[in-house]
Amino acid sequence: MARVLMQGNEAIGWGALAGGCRFYAGYPITPSSEIAEFLARELPKVGGKFIQMEDEIASIAAVIGASIGGMRAMTATSGPGFSLMQENIGYAAMAEIPCVIVDVQRLGPSTGQPTAPSQGDVMQARWGTHGDHPIIVLCPVSVRQAFDLTVRAFDLSEKYRTPVVLLTDAVIGHMREAVELPDWRSVAVTDYRQQRVEGEYFPYRNTPDGVPPLISFGLGYRYHITGLFHDERGFPTQRLDEINPWLERVHTKLERHREDIVMLETDIQPGAEVMLIAYGAAARSARHALRQARAAGRKVSMITPLTIWPFPEEEVERLCEDIRRVVVPEMNLGQLALEVERVVGRKKVRRVTRADGEMILPSVILAALEEDNG
Amino acid sequence: MDKNVILEAATLEEHEAHLPAENWFERSETLQKLRKNKKFPTIWCAGCGLGVVMGALIRAIDHLGLKNDQVALVSGIGCTARMPVYLDFNTLHTTHGRALAFATGLKIARPDLKVIVIMGDGDALAIGGNHFIHAARRNIGLTALVVNNATYGMTGGQYSPTTPLGALATTAPYGNIEPPFPVCELAIAAGATYVARSTVYHALELDKYLTEAIAKNGFSLVEAVSYCHVGYGRLNNLGSAADMMRALKENSISKVAYDALPPEKKATETRIVRGVFINRERPEYTQAYAGLVASLTGVGENAIAG
Repeated sequence: MARVLMQGNEAIGWGALAGGCRFYAGYPITPSSEIAEFLARELPKVGGKFIQMEDEIASIAAVIGASIGGMRAMTATSGPGFSLMQENIGYAAMAEIPCVIVDVQRLGPSTGQPTAPSQGDVMQARWGTHGDHPIIVLCPVSVRQAFDLTVRAFDLSEKYRTPVVLLTDAVIGHMREAVELPDWRSVAVTDYRQQRVEGEYFPYRNTPDGVPPLISFGLGYRYHITGLFHDERGFPTQRLDEINPWLERVHTKLERHREDIVMLETDIQPGAEVMLIAYGAAARSARHALRQARAAGRKVSMITPLTIWPFPEEEVERLCEDIRRVVVPEMNLGQLALEVERVVGRKKVRRVTRADGEMILPSVILAALEEDNG
Repeated sequence: MDKNVILEAATLEEHEAHLPAENWFERSETLQKLRKNKKFPTIWCAGCGLGVVMGALIRAIDHLGLKNDQVALVSGIGCTARMPVYLDFNTLHTTHGRALAFATGLKIARPDLKVIVIMGDGDALAIGGNHFIHAARRNIGLTALVVNNATYGMTGGQYSPTTPLGALATTAPYGNIEPPFPVCELAIAAGATYVARSTVYHALELDKYLTEAIAKNGFSLVEAVSYCHVGYGRLNNLGSAADMMRALKENSISKVAYDALPPEKKATETRIVRGVFINRERPEYTQAYAGLVASLTGVGENAIAG
């Protein structure tokens, strides 16, 4: 593909096609609607299916249903719609059905500011549904990364049988950047689903990698899927000797593969005593501040987590060993900072927060870097 | 047995006259619809009408000669929604109220599957009411089987969107002041192409209606009027399961008989009317979408390129 000026939401659409997505169900909501409009236009051209559902609850339900039917499936929304989807995201986690949910964050709570960016859904993306559950959340910083991480979201979702949230925001979604994307048809897609197994199929029996193979509905293996606690065949169970192995497997399956799942970009300056940790739109302001600080002769390092859940705690802990101070700018009142504080210690962390729908200015981050750099 | 004769029977009597001599349940194909690796009994209370509905569903699928692999059952939450677990199909037990939305995705991904959505009245019409009318509006090829017992049985007898005015419920201790939804009329107004109602007393009618509904190319609804003698019945002094079953026999009237009533009698008729209320043709959603795909790609359904 030639170098073009492209919006983040459109890049997500191309990323979906490249990632093998052939089903989209969604409900219009600013600032995510361009993704739906793109896929309404493009999916039928490649034999895919698009449907506009009656609400976001129905959208994520249809996505899970289509995934069970064998299609890679996605929905896109923003804060209010993401809230409505939470129960069924928990269902997908419980039933281990692959699906991708794009949340183009806007300012909340409630209707908030529909066109203003925010990073207020960081905790909702992790804990929005009830009960402990595994989930993967990816956070792009640029339009190109919006494409790449959408492709990756589908791969991780299928590989680990888990919902994956692409958590972006109104800045990345609506911003236009010059990008050169690969031809989506040239992107390799690995099909992790099985067509057949020897003997009886156990959709929830433990395997060496903790992820039982998934066989889609209608291929001759008639089994049960439920949001109730279930046994190896998928049938509801209240037996502790069936529930506990399930808990052990499902709650460790992502941890066991964290090397594959956790992605982060690092910009390490030897001798630096200050670390910047930023993600999504805030990372763009942070990078500007980083350049300014270095131009002024200060030593500063930076971590940009692309996977925010599971939180890259081992990497952050290791990279911050000799760091005296960690600055965490985010467009909320301090959500991922809680994780950083847990890992490096509360006293080391300087939060830079803003939750009024405006981006954090690089000068504010720069000031925070300089506060303690003397 | 000539299956077509049974399908074309206009009245229950005519239907019964053509029943095969042997017991349905002794036919091996029918028994194979039950899950062998799932321990019975069901979770349902002794005397519940849901067993009758499950039998009718099995027989309807059997009538149509569908293979187990060709059928997907999707349900939400509630007593009724537990039905799929006992049956040997592709079975999906989803979240409360959302069965039709899950089923919509599954049907779009696999239009070749017969997707039957099994719901209670609360599941289909309260929490799932929006999905119910929109699935009917789209005329997507799903069969909705709504077992209407006019109460939330699993949670202990609260009033539902089909509880009659004045009836007692655990959340209507002074009598229900909300008028009920007419389920069939709602589906017709929303666009369903096949709508029928019978009761769990009239099991053979349920067989027939479910057979026609599942065969229908479009959104079809069968309302199976049932009862909850444990929750609703006990609160309203309606007696045992057998008493409530008898009441369905005595307090219902066939559509044929109802249509023959003079207008003034129709206006005051309070019995449950059983029959097929609509059977019409409208474009089916997944076929319309396949047509769209074909017009853009020049290839037919299920051609996944790229």
